[in-house]
Amino acid sequence: MHVSMSLTVNGVKRMIELDDPRVTLLDLLRERLLLTGTKTGCDRGQCGACTIIVDGRRINSCLALAISHDGADILTIEGVTQGGRLHPVQEAFIAHDGLQCGFCTPGQIMSAIGLIQEGHAGDDPERVREGMSGNLCRCGAYQGITEAVLDAQNAIGAASRRKVT
Amino acid sequence: MKTFDYVRPATVREAVAAASEPGAAYLAAGTNLLDLMKGSIARPSRLVDISRLPNLDRIEDLADGSVRIGALVRNADLAYDRTFARRFPAVAEALLSGASAQLRNAATVGGNLLQRTRCAYFYDVASTCNKRAPGSGCDARGGDNKLHAVLGWSENCIATHPSDFCVPLVALDAVVEVEGRAGRREIALEQFHRLPDDTPERENMLEPGEMIVAVRLPPPAARFAAHSRYLKVRERTSYAFAVVSAAAALRLEDNTIAEARLALGGVAMKPWRAREAELILTGAPADAAQFHRAAEAALAAAKPSGDNGFKIELARRIVVRALALAAAGTPERIPALPASPFASVSGDTIHA
Repeated sequence: MHVSMSLTVNGVKRMIELDDPRVTLLDLLRERLLLTGTKTGCDRGQCGACTIIVDGRRINSCLALAISHDGADILTIEGVTQGGRLHPVQEAFIAHDGLQCGFCTPGQIMSAIGLIQEGHAGDDPERVREGMSGNLCRCGAYQGITEAVLDAQNAIGAASRRKVT
Repeated sequence: MKTFDYVRPATVREAVAAASEPGAAYLAAGTNLLDLMKGSIARPSRLVDISRLPNLDRIEDLADGSVRIGALVRNADLAYDRTFARRFPAVAEALLSGASAQLRNAATVGGNLLQRTRCAYFYDVASTCNKRAPGSGCDARGGDNKLHAVLGWSENCIATHPSDFCVPLVALDAVVEVEGRAGRREIALEQFHRLPDDTPERENMLEPGEMIVAVRLPPPAARFAAHSRYLKVRERTSYAFAVVSAAAALRLEDNTIAEARLALGGVAMKPWRAREAELILTGAPADAAQFHRAAEAALAAAKPSGDNGFKIELARRIVVRALALAAAGTPERIPALPASPFASVSGDTIHA
């Protein structure tokens, strides 16, 4: 089978010729669009390394068929910098050592951006940990990750308050 | 993964026609189905993508006071719907205790009901499994089975149903609306899932091609909002399936239980409604002695299917704890660790 589809990836509309319905969003991003920032970990929805934001929601891209997402708006780690500056979540991960080997980091950062947008965790570290529990870190950088998410949330909140006033 | 035809019908009727062919499967989010396909546990020859069907992603108030949840409502959207969560707090808590935020953002209501067991032998195609390959045997029976069923199991299958969401739903008399070639019909959720008996490969009452279009909570389900909890023991704090769980919902008049609802998860191949326990509680004082009597009744028919005898006592204790927490009152806000026996809610009683 052969299907023409489109995706908006990091703000750019991409036309895609799909020759196999089995391709996941993860494989499409990495193998076809060569956006390898999104990582393949377990490939079964357990580790969160493949987390991306699709139509405003963080999901596991390994468990999403590309063909089912024709027309979707996708944000990956390659698209989060703002005018050449690191995203506040990226800066906070650096400031708090929210990583060691870095393999899970793109997924952690995309998940953290999603968590902050969802707005359910507030400033409660326990709610942040629970909300980030779909992202495993085999190095065990969880302490720094939790601090980074809380810090980034404050920074984003302060920036948006400045905009409002 | 075996390849497949992909079709995206525009209406429920077209979807039912496309899915009535042998080998067809419905695709919504695919959070469970794709996992099964990657492991060759599910090998559909056609996927019928229903994720864009119109009007199935709504939460509606019906004229008679029922609440109708469309089959394509995402788990997270339902759990965070303030009106819904206020009326059915145990359902929201159960949803938030399941899977991860990413999965809840994708997974649908209909898919939650239809998710397959997490029995490791079902997932391992090198093992025998009567559910995956009827007649092949059950390697779980003599295998690593400490998390398997203690109620309603058979020699052919000792798997459990993994849903959290279904547990409070079955306690609240939820109804499943399905559409097939013969039109629409309704099935009580309590009757929707089948126990294994001699046909563990048949997991529910759906006929070929039939599709879940909605789940409905009848008007009495909202009577329990002030005293409802879901409690779930996991092997780790978050992002794990239940070892055992319980949904408890009470309607209190002074300190007397006017009405009680109780269901267990992780103990059988279906969400397990404990009606004998409800009878014991009805009209009784809301105290620990009655909760213990109810727990005894709820597990009276339980027996180990392997190295899982501990689950029976654990389930009794979780029933007592869930009833005590429900009697103490629904917390103002869902705890940071939803449904966790280790969660702290300031000002609320944790221990029975």
